Amino acid sequence: MAREITYIAAIMEGIHQEMSRDEDVLLIGQSVGGSPEDPFVAAFGPDRVRVTPISETAEIGMAAGAALAGKRPVVDCTMAEFLLVAMDQVVNEANRFHYMSGGRVTAPLVLKAGYGFTAGWAGQHTGSIYGMFMGVPGLKVALPSTPADAKGLMATAIRDDNPVLFLHHYLLTLETGDVPEGEHLVPFGQAAIVRPGTDVTLVATGWTVHRALEAAEELAADGVSVEVIDPRTIAPLDVDTVLASVERTGRLVLVDQATRHASVSAIIAAEVAEAGFASLRAPIVQVTALDAPIAYSKPMEDFVLPDVAKIVAGVRRAVDVTLPHDAATAVR
Amino acid sequence: MTASVHRDVSTAAPTPDVLRDLLTTMWRIRAFEERVGALKRADEVHGLIHLSIGGEGVAAAVCRQLRDGDAVYSGHRAHGHAVAKGTPLDRTMAELMGREGGLCSGMGGSMHLVDVAHGFLGATGVVGGNIPLALGSALAAKQRGTDAVAVVFFGDGAVQAGLFTESVNLATLWRLPVLLVCENNGFAEFTPRSAHTTVERVSDVVAPYPLPRTTVDGNEVGEVWSAFSELLARARAGEGPALLECLTHRLRGHYEGDPDRYREAVSTEDWQRKDPILRLQRAGHDAGWLAADEPAALEAAARAEVDEAVAWARSSPFPAVARAAALVESGGAR
Repeated sequence: MAREITYIAAIMEGIHQEMSRDEDVLLIGQSVGGSPEDPFVAAFGPDRVRVTPISETAEIGMAAGAALAGKRPVVDCTMAEFLLVAMDQVVNEANRFHYMSGGRVTAPLVLKAGYGFTAGWAGQHTGSIYGMFMGVPGLKVALPSTPADAKGLMATAIRDDNPVLFLHHYLLTLETGDVPEGEHLVPFGQAAIVRPGTDVTLVATGWTVHRALEAAEELAADGVSVEVIDPRTIAPLDVDTVLASVERTGRLVLVDQATRHASVSAIIAAEVAEAGFASLRAPIVQVTALDAPIAYSKPMEDFVLPDVAKIVAGVRRAVDVTLPHDAATAVR
Repeated sequence: MTASVHRDVSTAAPTPDVLRDLLTTMWRIRAFEERVGALKRADEVHGLIHLSIGGEGVAAAVCRQLRDGDAVYSGHRAHGHAVAKGTPLDRTMAELMGREGGLCSGMGGSMHLVDVAHGFLGATGVVGGNIPLALGSALAAKQRGTDAVAVVFFGDGAVQAGLFTESVNLATLWRLPVLLVCENNGFAEFTPRSAHTTVERVSDVVAPYPLPRTTVDGNEVGEVWSAFSELLARARAGEGPALLECLTHRLRGHYEGDPDRYREAVSTEDWQRKDPILRLQRAGHDAGWLAADEPAALEAAARAEVDEAVAWARSSPFPAVARAAALVESGGAR
């Protein structure tokens, strides 16, 4: 049975249920297990719920080693930027071992971190830096946009034998949604068509999925039918669902909170340009953040980021185009 | 072709039998490494190669006291540690030659050797990156309630990396059964220790932390054996981590092909004095447990074993290139 809970509660429920299911699952982090009443400490004890010093490299590396030794640690890394402190351990150790050992070892590790907190957190705590991890071989990356997906992707991440970066969007933390109560798994590499449509394909991740849905609603009033797709995981990336949609709609708009040149949208645009060129009836449009850090000043923060108005404008740009070969077809 | 390196030991001073075992292992490493160097120059061994010639004593004395269930992590200079931990020479050589029959099917190579069956959890190529991994193995062993330990080998260069101190802090905080074995050969890659830090002894770096720390002459094999034995017993008994600093010498450059202009060449005479193999042999002759003709026999046996390993490796095919992306991820889940 589903009931409405918050996005963050859904994530923690996913971890809690997996810890009940499998005693090798550990929860580690700089602010976990603060008191004996903490629901994780109370249920699983301080041996499995461990607070660490502010030592990202040792903390993540230690968890990676425990994973190589058969444990399944979930490391709450707090903010995505803190992963940068420990980059060798995030992108160059646990995720390489399966490959470098010729498939002889696995490192089932989950790194949980929040991202995208655009609420005046300024230059170093607001980054949408998932793009820099999606091309790292051996590392999976999940970007849930709803409470149900957050729970289901977390459970799948914990069960997966590979290192997974689970990035939750800070602006969704207290958003609520229906979440199944018991075991709930969302497969990796399967995009969700969150709103079907026929005129244009709109791909978005995380918080921008909801902005894309608002834009689609606004455009529907003008008679433009928008299909909204959420990839849910960007590694693996479900290109097929996007290609199939573009085959139906002929137009693709990509929304991404990341800086344009480190975005998921650039990768999807390249994939569709190569494999779906014949379906396109307009240039691909990317609605991304500027290639700039996030400023503190509120109006400047808004200016840098994608929003509903920019998405609507992006869709109109795609819809208003008629390519020469379309015109030629029309004449014939 | 596996040497007897996994027997349990219970006394703190090495017996003549143990010392003979250590000598055997050291000759196996020496013969292996010299051959790897030759194969590298002949381009049969591919890639970036770091040899441990001169440091065999530490690898032998430490790994001889471990079990298959104890995890060992090494760094870029890993061959000696792997061999001492029991990896078969043929499959180890095949890995260095990039062959399908290698420990990692030719996909890891010199700096990424892994042999789970022998508890060689692996070598990692980034200086210091292996230290927290060993903490994780130690945590897993502790949580399972076993007396297994994790051992990590690193050089003095890794000690100046922040993760060293982070790891010492975490290991002592959680009393993890991890043994930090520093091979202090005086050079961090190409730079003498004095140019990187004002703290001469690595064991002094960890002074504020509650863990036993010992500095020994790493070329004096019996000394390494005894010091490690004591620290190992503590760790097995649940008394937490320890640091063993072994002052060693790197006879070769940082990597094979290193022009080695940053230090003075070691004189033959000086090396005769320092070489851990020659020292142990002199001690064995003096104490009477080593016959005059034994060293030559041990060396010949080791070189013959390496010959066989090379022949085996040469007969192993290269891995099928079509599998280059097949093992990026495990298909498994629990």
